Amino acid sequence: MAAPMLRGCCLARRGALACIDGGSRRGRGAAIGCRSSGKRGRSSVAQQSLITAQKSGKGEHAWAAVVGLEIHAQISSNSKLFSGSQVQFAAPPNSLVSFFDASLPGTLPVLNRRCVEAAVMTGLALKCHINKKSLFDRKHYFYADLPAGYQITQQRLPIAVNGSLEYSVCVGKKRSQVITRTARIKQIQLEQDSGKSLHDELRSQTLIDLNRAEGQLRVDANISVHHPGEPLGVRTEVKNLNSARFLARAIDSEIERQINELENGREILNETRSFDCKLGCTIPMRDKEGKQDYRFMPEPNLPPLLLYDTASLPPGADPQQVINIDRIREQLPELPSETREQLVQQYGMLPEHSFTILNEVGLLEFFQNVIKETRAEPKKVTSWILNNFLGFLKQQNLAVNESPVTPSALAELLNLLDRKAISSSAAKQVFEELWRSKGKTPSQIVSEKQLELMQDGEALNQVCLAVMEEHPQVVLAMKRGNPRAINKLIGLVRKATLSRADPTVIKEILEKKLSS
Amino acid sequence: VLGRQWIHTPGRVSAALKQGQITPTELCQKCLSLIKKTKFLNAYITVSEEVALKQAEESEKRYKKGHSLGDLDGIPIAVKDNFSTSGIETTCASNMLKGYVPPYNATVVQKLLDQGAVLMGKTNLDEFAMGSGSTDGVFGPVKNPWSYSKQYKEKTKHKAHGENEDSNWLITGGSSGGSAAAVATFTCFAALGSDTGGSTRNPAAHCGVVGFKPSYGLVSRHGLIPLVNSMDVPGILTRCVDDAAIVLGMLAGHDPKDSTTVQDPVKPFTLPSLTDVSKLCIGIPKEYLTPELSSEVQSLWSKAANLFESEGAKVIEVSLPHTSYSIVCYHVLCTSEVASNMARFDGLEYGHRCDIDVSTEAMYAATRREGFNDVVRGRILSGNFFLLKENYENYFIKAQKVRRLIANDFVNVFNSGVDVLLTPTTLREAVPYQEFIKEDNRTRSAQDDIFTQAVNMAGLPAVSVPVALSNQGLPVGLQFIGRAFHDQQLLTVAKWFEKQVQFPVTQLQELMDDCSSVFEIEKLASVSLKQ
Repeated sequence: MAAPMLRGCCLARRGALACIDGGSRRGRGAAIGCRSSGKRGRSSVAQQSLITAQKSGKGEHAWAAVVGLEIHAQISSNSKLFSGSQVQFAAPPNSLVSFFDASLPGTLPVLNRRCVEAAVMTGLALKCHINKKSLFDRKHYFYADLPAGYQITQQRLPIAVNGSLEYSVCVGKKRSQVITRTARIKQIQLEQDSGKSLHDELRSQTLIDLNRAEGQLRVDANISVHHPGEPLGVRTEVKNLNSARFLARAIDSEIERQINELENGREILNETRSFDCKLGCTIPMRDKEGKQDYRFMPEPNLPPLLLYDTASLPPGADPQQVINIDRIREQLPELPSETREQLVQQYGMLPEHSFTILNEVGLLEFFQNVIKETRAEPKKVTSWILNNFLGFLKQQNLAVNESPVTPSALAELLNLLDRKAISSSAAKQVFEELWRSKGKTPSQIVSEKQLELMQDGEALNQVCLAVMEEHPQVVLAMKRGNPRAINKLIGLVRKATLSRADPTVIKEILEKKLSS
Repeated sequence: VLGRQWIHTPGRVSAALKQGQITPTELCQKCLSLIKKTKFLNAYITVSEEVALKQAEESEKRYKKGHSLGDLDGIPIAVKDNFSTSGIETTCASNMLKGYVPPYNATVVQKLLDQGAVLMGKTNLDEFAMGSGSTDGVFGPVKNPWSYSKQYKEKTKHKAHGENEDSNWLITGGSSGGSAAAVATFTCFAALGSDTGGSTRNPAAHCGVVGFKPSYGLVSRHGLIPLVNSMDVPGILTRCVDDAAIVLGMLAGHDPKDSTTVQDPVKPFTLPSLTDVSKLCIGIPKEYLTPELSSEVQSLWSKAANLFESEGAKVIEVSLPHTSYSIVCYHVLCTSEVASNMARFDGLEYGHRCDIDVSTEAMYAATRREGFNDVVRGRILSGNFFLLKENYENYFIKAQKVRRLIANDFVNVFNSGVDVLLTPTTLREAVPYQEFIKEDNRTRSAQDDIFTQAVNMAGLPAVSVPVALSNQGLPVGLQFIGRAFHDQQLLTVAKWFEKQVQFPVTQLQELMDDCSSVFEIEKLASVSLKQ
């Protein structure tokens, strides 16, 4: 469930870092608080939900959990944040390393314009205040995959602050009730990615890849529990969570662990932990150094990052040299929440369906293309796409753009159904056939397989009569008032017509004949 | 026989090259020969003889075709060994980078090569440019050529005899001592130094050459292995002010690889010859009159001020009230950046790596202990202390505030109408090595940077111009400080001054031996700088 919330704000990794704050997750009701390098804003714990201790006998103590997320997301750009070398997924190790990336002495960072624009756009999308002046800092620690001995980040004055993200969660027994929550964004900062260490335990060697463009999303979760009204508990940091599912599981298990520890009279240590997905719980990370002092200092090789809006733009400024926030705002695409709202309004879609449509890459576009070409009801289209189309994709592990069924084909199929040219069971048959035989249109399949509905009323009348004559017992049962008997007859007629007759029409004929 | 006219400066030698009086290869060979003769000075760490001869050959082809690239084509230059040079070892005079061959050229090096300059080699320095003597590098100290000059020997005849003569040699000052010595001994026509607290101007003053520190941001630092990024500037050492201007014209301007360089394009320029200084206002900062200043330097400083005044300039006393805090403030900022900049030398990617492999941490520790000298390690330790969370506010932030006050002192003075400040460059002339090493590096740096260091805090241009020989027969330099990005105006004033004082060149036995051929040193001594 954390997924939609996170998806709204993924950015960075060698790029921006978003600190998400506020809001609550799951039925468990843990509040999402804020964390930023030890400075815990008072406002960050404004939203808390209570958890009743699970152990019996201690139920009088309610626990509240405070969770803050540090989301490292990679900016989609052609070159790296501070160097001209390319970014490419799954490139061979160390094949995209500039002299700066290898931290050769004398090399200097040069800020990538595209990354700044992406950070500003993310800030705007997350309703942040964009700082017109932001600064870069060096964060020092020794690690083999950090060749300069420091990481360039935005510790003191980041590019965007104080945002929020509204998101919806489905609650209730059937998950049918949708409620809106807000996560507060503390800051978005541009940050250089470290390299990647590959540990070869066998030869006790560590191999370093300085390409620095591997993972697209990495989350560190800071978690503490306390009794409401009492000071915040000691927090732990669960590091390197790389999927929304593991993030949710890690947070749940860590909250549970902390409550359990405290209720058994033990203490929570301020420590770094990792999530073991096989064990399903968090475990302490080996941290030889103890507490790190990162010895932050200003990055002297990057001047303050200055942004402008149309009002503050210096006259005669070279557009290549300045970044105009207002221009980026104009380029901001429709945000997912707006799109979902639109789907609900325009097509009467259920809110939970609007989530599904948006969460699958390409599905919204597919939906819109089908809508454009079909006369079928939008609800029908939604139902077909979510139940049949998506089901087939999942079953075969395909992405939307890999589907053998095109939007036009589905639209045509729905049109046939809409004008009652085929029955809905025949439609399903056609759909399966579309999946198998690429290139054929629904109409071709319908005529090849003779799946058209019988439009000839007299012919259907004859079939009904024949079936009634062949099955006098069923007719008798019906006449005696057995309500299920008519269904049996309908089934038999359909079978006799090779499913080409509309059940409602069959029913009408049968009822007419029986009453006469 | 080639006359003395061309030998003095690139400006003249360039004319000689164009007229075919000498070929680039001949010139290169002369310089290589002088490098060999003056090897005992230890000015060069690496002599790139093969590369130089090849570059000279290419230059010669261009001259023959009449396609010379300009004033620097075929001109021998030297580069301090903390600038990255593609394919040529770059050591920073440290064990840490012994054997390190950069795969790229520093922007300033590339620009000189693009102009056809011939790279003679990489010059000696204090390890990672941390020092004021050029005595603390892993390849040993640089000896001041003036130690062996006729002028000095004559004046010091009465002493030194009986003692081991070899132990009486003088330091060059630093940390760009190798570059200063290389220029002073005619082994090249211009050299690059670096200047963080006075590292170009100090050795220039001690070696009797011009040492110019451009405005911060005017010249790219890309490829300069940093000491203090916020203060480092590539420096230019030449035998006359005009040459410094020529080289500056080639180097100045925006570099996309250095975000701190000026955005506006800088055009090459020729210095005008001032004839009238009556519209100039020269400021004399009273705080620079310190008790430690030698009476001889003080007297030369006064004379210089009087010279301006007698020629009609307005000379006024000004105040830079925060000067005395400069050194301690510099210490905090410098060591903090050093701690950060040196973090990359961990033995993994390049440079020295120890034999210990029990753990990565143990490897780091031993590599850094073996790779850095005491001075570097000491600064790293101090810097990390200042950057600790609990100390940051009390040291680093305070030092930054003081830095702002120091910079504002200069702004205020220049806003009051002063065009250029005139100060001593050093407290006294060069001292013998034996005396110099009685104090540790930190004390020496604190003393020796006293007049030069505040300029780096403020990012201003400054130039040390040799003014006269002391009673001991050693050079003394005076410093001019200009407004930020008014480098051209500063050099114009310095050029006028240089012309008035007519500083002599060194009369060095090793050079005089050569006088039968081209280096007519006796005559050069009295050569007017007028072209």
